[in-house]
Amino acid sequence: MPDPDKTLTFLLMDPPFESARTATAFRLLDVAARRGLHVNVFAYEGAVALPFAAQKQHANSVHNRTIEEEQHPLPKDWVAAVMRTANAAGGQVEWVNCGLCVDERGVADAVAGVRRGSPADFWKMSSSSRNTLVIASR
Amino acid sequence: MKVLQILEGAYRATLEEQDDPALWITQAMRGAGGEFNVLLRGNAVNYACAAQDARGLRLGDWSQSQPPDIGADLTRLLSSGVGVCAVFEDVQQRGIAADLLRPDIEMIRRDALPGYLQRFDQIWHW
Amino acid sequence: MTTFVLIESRDPFSSDQVAANCSLAGELAASGHTAVLYLVENGVFAARAGVQHTRLAEAASRGVQILVDDFSLRERGIGSAQLAPQMQTARLDAIIDHMLQGARVLWH
Repeated sequence: MPDPDKTLTFLLMDPPFESARTATAFRLLDVAARRGLHVNVFAYEGAVALPFAAQKQHANSVHNRTIEEEQHPLPKDWVAAVMRTANAAGGQVEWVNCGLCVDERGVADAVAGVRRGSPADFWKMSSSSRNTLVIASR
Repeated sequence: MKVLQILEGAYRATLEEQDDPALWITQAMRGAGGEFNVLLRGNAVNYACAAQDARGLRLGDWSQSQPPDIGADLTRLLSSGVGVCAVFEDVQQRGIAADLLRPDIEMIRRDALPGYLQRFDQIWHW
Repeated sequence: MTTFVLIESRDPFSSDQVAANCSLAGELAASGHTAVLYLVENGVFAARAGVQHTRLAEAASRGVQILVDDFSLRERGIGSAQLAPQMQTARLDAIIDHMLQGARVLWH
């Protein structure tokens, strides 16, 4: 069982590519991961698409860049990166996608390490954390 | 753990979701044993209005059979022991007359918020 | 007394709730709590010295600590010389620190 005093929980809501909140949220997750904390993420609503495995990079003809040159960010890679960072620092990122939100959006195919859950999981995560931050959509 | 759910966003995706997502998850967590209060501020104070009716959405040959019913959701929360209040000045600012409001939602003045907020272990802002 | 951290991601020109949040921070500080406003994303537009009609100076005068995200400032080309005197640049580490210390942290 992770130490509750070294555990933080985050709830994210925004879908990928639509809000500045997504990048800021991942910056926060990165800080927490680097510190080796146990980080719970409950992805709610559009945020369940953040770890969607079928995201694909593309070229950028406006900037004359190939797919390889463009290196377009994909949030699924951000999810995997913060998971690796936490593991390397002795911590963990536990990512739970709200199952009903996954179903209605058809994004069940998530990257490794993501599991399906429900609001009861968010409540359990939050109850056994030092603190919880909800980053809601606007 | 006592949690205050502050709702400020209103009607953001309620037709498409057939719920307000913040009220929905509060009800779901209440069912899992969570202890909550709800504070309506900003545009969300309109949720305290009595006569909301979202029925009638039709798109081509599709029509909505289960429109969101914010009023019923608030009634369910209140019946389950969740206290709901609204920021008085935000209600006033929006010109909502007292007789348009449901009587079971308390008003709280902005200057009372510091004392109110410190009662909670967690404050989640939606 | 309690520490409250209000993360302000919105600019005061597109949402009047930002002013309400500044006032809330000021009320919390005046009530004896520790109150921190952390400006991030477009919220940093309020941090420039010449900006009009924000409640930040008032919040600072009531004891609110105002932190401004360094990444968001750089992203918007706002150098430290442009900031109002009450502003203090910070990194998101400050949010994690406050969370670990048990502050009430709200995202706006």
